[in-house]
Amino acid sequence: MTETTLYDKLWDAHLVRQSDDGTALIYIDRQLLHEVTSPQAFAGLRENGRRPRRRDTNLAVADHNIPTKNRSAGITDPVSRLQVETLDKNCAEFGITEFAMSDPRQGIVHVVGPEQGITQPGMTIVCGDSHTATHGALGALAFGIGTSEVEHVLATQCLVARKMKNLRVNIDGRLPDGVVSKDMILAVIGMIGTSGGAGYALEFAGSTVRDASMEGRLTLCNMAIEAGARVGLIGVDSVTIEYMRGRSYSPQGSDFDQASQAWLELQSDPGAVFDLEYNLDASQLRPQVTWGTSPEMVINIDDVIPDPANAPDKVRSQDWSRALAYMDLIPGTPISSVVLDKVFIGACTNGRIEDLRAAAAVVKGRVVADTVKQVLVVPGSGLVKKQAEAEGLDQVFTEAGFEWREPGCSMCLAMNEDCLEPGERCAATSNRNFEGRQGYGGRTHLVSPAMAAAAAIAGHFADPAKL
Amino acid sequence: MEKFVKYSSTIIPIDRSNIDTDAIIPKQFLKSVEKSGFGGNLFDTWRYLDQGEPGQDCVGRPLNDDFVLNHDSYHDGRILMSRENFGCGSSREHAVWALRDFGIRTVLATSFADIFFNNCFKNGVLPVVLPGADIDRLFASDQDEGPVEMEVDLARQSLTTGDGRVYRFEIDEFKKNCLLEGLDDIALTLQHAGDIDDYEQRRARQVPWLFRDLD
Repeated sequence: MTETTLYDKLWDAHLVRQSDDGTALIYIDRQLLHEVTSPQAFAGLRENGRRPRRRDTNLAVADHNIPTKNRSAGITDPVSRLQVETLDKNCAEFGITEFAMSDPRQGIVHVVGPEQGITQPGMTIVCGDSHTATHGALGALAFGIGTSEVEHVLATQCLVARKMKNLRVNIDGRLPDGVVSKDMILAVIGMIGTSGGAGYALEFAGSTVRDASMEGRLTLCNMAIEAGARVGLIGVDSVTIEYMRGRSYSPQGSDFDQASQAWLELQSDPGAVFDLEYNLDASQLRPQVTWGTSPEMVINIDDVIPDPANAPDKVRSQDWSRALAYMDLIPGTPISSVVLDKVFIGACTNGRIEDLRAAAAVVKGRVVADTVKQVLVVPGSGLVKKQAEAEGLDQVFTEAGFEWREPGCSMCLAMNEDCLEPGERCAATSNRNFEGRQGYGGRTHLVSPAMAAAAAIAGHFADPAKL
Repeated sequence: MEKFVKYSSTIIPIDRSNIDTDAIIPKQFLKSVEKSGFGGNLFDTWRYLDQGEPGQDCVGRPLNDDFVLNHDSYHDGRILMSRENFGCGSSREHAVWALRDFGIRTVLATSFADIFFNNCFKNGVLPVVLPGADIDRLFASDQDEGPVEMEVDLARQSLTTGDGRVYRFEIDEFKKNCLLEGLDDIALTLQHAGDIDDYEQRRARQVPWLFRDLD
């Protein structure tokens, strides 16, 4: 029998029909919906007189532009309010389960899915959001799609696709103190570039990945898209099975036993051949910080801002110069001396309980630097928030002068009122440092939760292990 | 969907790599529940000197004279050219809606981000991957000799510049036909409803837990 990759197995199990021209019809087990990329899809269904093929396998939750404080006052921005109300109406009309803003389970769609057991190993999962790659940490084939494809899946429960190529990144070695999954994925992106994984399904493997918690794995897969890969994947093991056990929508009883047997098969065969492979030595990693306007523009905390004169080619040299001008940084400056205005801890990358614990461990007994104007801590879901409060983490944060907020995407993409002002510089645990991502003219540096917390205390970037 | 027909236009050159969908259409415009009306805000942050807001009339906003879209000789261009990894980042189809709304029907680049690439075909926009040397030549030609006119012929899979040079390109046959015929691919998939039924019945026996209601 041919030895196959995890991606091959997931693909084969969902193949409805293969056409001679190389395209295939792929079955989608689960769709997650949010307010920003779904309204036009529902409108399309309506215009064509179509109904969802399996309404009961969709889950909707508003996350992108909902407020993270004063929830009882509702959404003040009328445009945002209309979009969230449109989601509510569409779900009611088409009979789709929705965790509304007032629901304690509400949160960022990529935090809610795994947390509820709505994300399951072996599934195909789509969402009109590029960070759907996150769910691959559970051995699911999960990827982001556009709104036309959201409509396509609602109407047909399928997508027309071409098989991707297989890419594996092997990460081995023991992580040094203060270095976490976020640093691993930033280092991977720095190594292969933001288009390095384009056209590939990216599997993370190796001892460091095996040793990672499910939350750390979710962080890794979350940012596969920033390495260009629409799909991130990690093989199923006992960590996956234990994570799935007892979640609200996990299979129950004998279903669970049967399912977990099947799930354990979801691994690449030992001899499976990948089209492309990279290796990373985790023991040599240092905490990472991005300096530019693309996630691949990343350096170690001990490094200095790079010089465009040393860029590998002319196009990159121009890109670096433009990024430095936007970021208002000078080559040769130690990144650890760069001073911050704001700090954001949260997002589908790092808004889970383990992330909040890591940040709180750094913060405990300390206070925010005078020069830092605002530190937002935004839990990834209502249940993460509740758990953090039960552990007293909210107290640790508020005593340090941080703001403790309601769950949502918040300042990752600043569609609500949480944003940077022009020229402000932010250490963020989110996933994108694009121009204006966190607000018009805002400057974003991507870091781990521990580094974000350390930066809030120090007022500048700092190695959390040395604070 | 509107059929993709042969046309000629000026190439709008944006000489940078990794242009993300946040740059193509900034987040504040994603609050719309419509598919149209985004053209005025295409590349909003680079195109205007002020901060754009949804629903605002873009006529009279201060323009960034350095940005190519604001140059008279490019403003009516219907072909966009860039470098590596065009359309990376967010899956927002609004990026393609903005390009199409502005009138862009073809994007030339050395590579595209996967989700953006797919979104183009759903909206009658043709993304063309060209080798780096071809893109280099086109950028150089624009810089040295002024705006480049190009004819886009999807049926023949060819691009012809004013100087008679022909650039051939590859495209997935299925996607090509969808563009040329303006096909609704949901209707195409529904032609295979029988296959989908069979698949679901088979899977429901093998993995019954995937067929439990979320209600």
